[in-house]
Amino acid sequence: MPSQTPAAPRRTLLWRITIGALLAAGWALLYQWLSFTAKWLTYDLLGMQPDGRLASAVEFFLFEAPKVLLLLVLVVFGVGVIRTFFTPERTRRLLAGRRESAGNVLAALLGVVTPFCSCSAVPLFIGFVTAGVPLGVTFSFLISAPMVNEVALVLLFGLFGWKVAMLYLGTGLAVAIVAGWTLGRLRLEKHVEPWVYETGGSDGAGGSAGGLPWNERLRAGFTAVREIVGRVWPFVLIGIAVGAGIHGYVPENFMASIMGREAWWSVPLAVLIGVPMYSNAAGIIPVVQALLGKGAALGTVLAFMMSVIGLSLPEAIILRQVLKPRLIATFFGVVASGILLVGYLFNLVF
Amino acid sequence: MKKLQILGTGCAKCQKLAAVADEAARALGLPYELTKVTDLKQIMSFKVMSTPALVVDGQVKLSGRVPTVEEAKQLLG
Repeated sequence: MPSQTPAAPRRTLLWRITIGALLAAGWALLYQWLSFTAKWLTYDLLGMQPDGRLASAVEFFLFEAPKVLLLLVLVVFGVGVIRTFFTPERTRRLLAGRRESAGNVLAALLGVVTPFCSCSAVPLFIGFVTAGVPLGVTFSFLISAPMVNEVALVLLFGLFGWKVAMLYLGTGLAVAIVAGWTLGRLRLEKHVEPWVYETGGSDGAGGSAGGLPWNERLRAGFTAVREIVGRVWPFVLIGIAVGAGIHGYVPENFMASIMGREAWWSVPLAVLIGVPMYSNAAGIIPVVQALLGKGAALGTVLAFMMSVIGLSLPEAIILRQVLKPRLIATFFGVVASGILLVGYLFNLVF
Repeated sequence: MKKLQILGTGCAKCQKLAAVADEAARALGLPYELTKVTDLKQIMSFKVMSTPALVVDGQVKLSGRVPTVEEAKQLLG
């Protein structure tokens, strides 16, 4: 560790701001030149013939892969910083004693920005319920937190445009709000394992992040980039490679007959297959890319994606510790129905 | 003797926190004992809301994230 002279903190701050500005400028420059560089690499450096299938696939990949990765780095960093303001303890304070409908909306929104990992779903559930957050509101949070997240949104935006990303955000939140509200109406409190209420709850000890200094928040952003982007980049590259293959070779409407919008049973089938599967948003993107590219209907594919990342068997097993089987079954049933509706709605509209 | 406890159900972050706490305690040259608490009811008895959490001599020092070794040293010291 370097010796700390009194002037050191200020110098480090200036140094950090400079580095930050350089990083931001470098990011913007890279992003600006993506299209040009991709073209140059494909047609000049590799000497490919324009209009060729392979050339078109290569250019697509060289443009999309760095683009999506750059976006991912930026957004994951931003969300990583934002998340330092929304600790689970703070979210709970915001939700405790909240009335149902408004509480469901707030819980779904907070689910997007509160740091959440499925392995701490149980302590979080207990912390919420014992602090007086209504059961249905807690469910809204538990549905939206894994399903609507920054990685899913960036990937959808980068690969399918902002409309698909916004639709996913909107319908994901809607499913979380409506399903949570419905579960609240069903009065299922007695199906929560009794020991949950006997723990006496939690006061959120040691979790306060209110006075975190800014350099800690920025460090959290960098950590998020290292952890999340470090984990998902291979899936992103595979997804884009699949997309590039489709882009260049276009085996058109291959999936249209089985997963197209005419096949009414395709949405329930997609949900049925998706629920037991477990993957994060990045892992499922290559599949989504392939399905859409081959003519599967958008609603069917979104329903599949939501059921894979929103509901899973491992999650059911984790939640079994606090919920009785009937409540888990109802929870999955209600959420799956919500996803089903979203799928049909999209297929109807698009 | 410092009593360090890592609360968590065994996810990747819990392992990481254990490693960081271990390294920090060794760097400080403290006599210590590190245990992992994986039973949910026991975890909840510490009243934390997010795992992993670091408990030093029965007091929750940090929850929901993995600190740097430097930060962990301060929490232990």
